[in-house]
Amino acid sequence: MATKKMAIIATKGALDMAYPPLILASTAAALGWEVQIFFTFYGLQLLRKDLSGIAISPIGNPAMPMPVPMPVIVSMLPGMEAMATSMMKAKMKKKGVASLEELRALCQEAEVKFIACQMTVDLFEFEKSDFIDGIEYGGAATFMKFAGETDVCLFI
Amino acid sequence: MNYDKEFDASGLACPLPIVKTKKSLADMASGQVLRVIATDPGSVCDMQAFADATGNTLLESGTENNKFVFFVKKA
Repeated sequence: MATKKMAIIATKGALDMAYPPLILASTAAALGWEVQIFFTFYGLQLLRKDLSGIAISPIGNPAMPMPVPMPVIVSMLPGMEAMATSMMKAKMKKKGVASLEELRALCQEAEVKFIACQMTVDLFEFEKSDFIDGIEYGGAATFMKFAGETDVCLFI
Repeated sequence: MNYDKEFDASGLACPLPIVKTKKSLADMASGQVLRVIATDPGSVCDMQAFADATGNTLLESGTENNKFVFFVKKA
């Protein structure tokens, strides 16, 4: 049986959107698949050494479950994003959900290839030293070469 | 059932039971049996899917003390 392949484009850097690429990539790798993730735009946040700034906001997020119903104007108050983020992280920990750092390390250990989009790295003026080791830098053509051979290709 | 190694995934949520089962199997020999304990209800379907995808055999899948217990034979 030929090895299955999956390519993911990770474009989001909020806490909730950071999980799906790393969960699917680590799982596919555990199933023996060859996996690449192309991180572009806000997805680049997931490659930073320090992930502590990754947050979730109740603003513009009407589906986010809240302990008490909250008017939109309240969720705009200073400190609400930090509070929502720490509540979400605490809940995740309690439920046994892996941290982003752990999932990312599991992906790297399982040889998931991480590719940072060079154009957006330059656009946002990131330094290579901002990012974890063991990643590659490339453009759309680099990604398409692999994506064209995959069984599953996702845009997240 | 006899087994060679045990991995307790109690309290862990998706995808950790599967990803860490894979890691637990890594240093085992072909034919050896890993016993996995999990509390994630999703692991019941996931463990079968893991076995089907990797060629390892899910010998048994059941419950014990309100936990899910799997016996996986390494391919």
